[in-house]
Amino acid sequence: MAELWSIYLLPGIIILAQILLIIVPLLLSVAMLTYFERKIMAAMQLRMGPNVVGPFGLLQAFADGAKLFFKETVLPTSANKIIFLIAPMLTFVLSLVAWAVIPFDDGMVVSDINVGILYLFAISSLGVYGIVMAGWASNSKYPFLSALRSAAQMVSYEVSIGFVIITVLLCVGSLNVSDVVRAQAEGMWFFIPLFPMFIIFFISALAETNRHPFDLPEAEAELVAGYQVEYSSMTFALFFLGEYANMILMSGLTTILFLGGWLPPFDIAPFNWIPGPIWFFLKIAVLLFVFVWVRATLPRYRYDQLMRLGWKVFLPFSLFWVVLTAGVLVAFDLVPQT
Amino acid sequence: MIIQGLTFYLFAAIAVAAAVMVVSSRNPVHSVLFLILTFFTTAGLFVLIGAEFLAMVLVVVYVGAVAVLFMFVVMMLDINFVEMREGFLQYMPVGVLVGIILLVELLMVLGTATMSPDVLAAGTEPIPDLLHRQNTAALGDVIYTKYIYLFQAAGMILLIAMIGAIVLTLRQRPGVRKQNIAKQLARRREDSVELKKVQPGQGI
Repeated sequence: MAELWSIYLLPGIIILAQILLIIVPLLLSVAMLTYFERKIMAAMQLRMGPNVVGPFGLLQAFADGAKLFFKETVLPTSANKIIFLIAPMLTFVLSLVAWAVIPFDDGMVVSDINVGILYLFAISSLGVYGIVMAGWASNSKYPFLSALRSAAQMVSYEVSIGFVIITVLLCVGSLNVSDVVRAQAEGMWFFIPLFPMFIIFFISALAETNRHPFDLPEAEAELVAGYQVEYSSMTFALFFLGEYANMILMSGLTTILFLGGWLPPFDIAPFNWIPGPIWFFLKIAVLLFVFVWVRATLPRYRYDQLMRLGWKVFLPFSLFWVVLTAGVLVAFDLVPQT
Repeated sequence: MIIQGLTFYLFAAIAVAAAVMVVSSRNPVHSVLFLILTFFTTAGLFVLIGAEFLAMVLVVVYVGAVAVLFMFVVMMLDINFVEMREGFLQYMPVGVLVGIILLVELLMVLGTATMSPDVLAAGTEPIPDLLHRQNTAALGDVIYTKYIYLFQAAGMILLIAMIGAIVLTLRQRPGVRKQNIAKQLARRREDSVELKKVQPGQGI
């Protein structure tokens, strides 16, 4: 009995506690992110934004959540019911499981696996299924068009994200996510030597999360709301939560790959007093602000321009930069040894 | 170890059941979704035997890229279920014949194949030990030293296949006006706008 406790139950409880410690703050951040997005965009457009529910409208997100929770879930009669219901769950779950390998500080990670970066890449490449399944199962025209757009768009931009990750890995010499940050502690943050790749990664992250200016799958002017048309109540809320959790995840990934994760900008007195998770959070917040800023500023891309940017600009350039990085590392004998 | 054993049987059972559903489900989209489930559980099995790199590559390549394109095509099919069932008996003899031929071929290959003694010897002791070398690095050691020419040749063949596929499907349509961005950017005001001094009441 004691064995059962020490081998299975206790580690199980610890893992469960760790998962809750990540997911609850994450969902709170998603709620706050929707509030900040509306507030920032309101400020940029000289409006007030939400200011009624709670002090400064801070509880607006929770009011919206409660409203969605009490609405009826509408199942279209011609929809493929099972896939229709699985799709939002899949989107939501995939946006949460990726956080298992994100390090918040040195050693502060649920699962410190050797292939962490590949795991993140794999999970982000699965994100397209939620949208494609939703679009197909709705059995309706706009969601279907949106699913087709989304599949092509996400596959295209994944290719350049893959090359960007390879470039970073060449400089790190390990697939472990924590090692990526540790490598930046020894040298400099990767956005300095790999600046063009940083820009490409961020723009691809916008496309991968279907955010403006690449939000063609849900373009409200032409596709109503794309794959979300037939969804209501909590099924819609799960898509919404998944999309915003994905935004936070992609910002976190950018932070880890290029902005030194939990590291302070300078390793001197006032900066390294502040603990790592707070630096990590601040960097993510800055990137999320850019997400919203871009949304408030730029018009939507035309579809052929989107494809041109992905395949004819980003892909050749990132391929060139992989070769260049590898060449420089070999020529100056900088290849990291494992 | 009990948990690992249970997880193995769970993954294995789901993988086999999903694989059966791939061929037996009526709707092609369901087939593709079951195929994805099979890939995914197989990746889980890879993780269980400690081959985490292969597991992740399986998910990235097959689930993340190949199956998405599969799904993309299958979704757009216009399927008539009644017609599909009508054709079943007509095509069955050919299908069974092809299946039997494949089975016999597989059995012949597996029954008579012998492995090189070096490979068998290497297989019994995975070098280097998993504790000292991550399997990503170990794979790299083997692929990029011992099998570098074969690996490069495989890459070349894939590249040629890709170019071939593009050449075969590329359709040049004359008379289509495409956006030429370089031309648009090279346009200057002097080329397209001319200011004329117009006298009042006279026109040009």
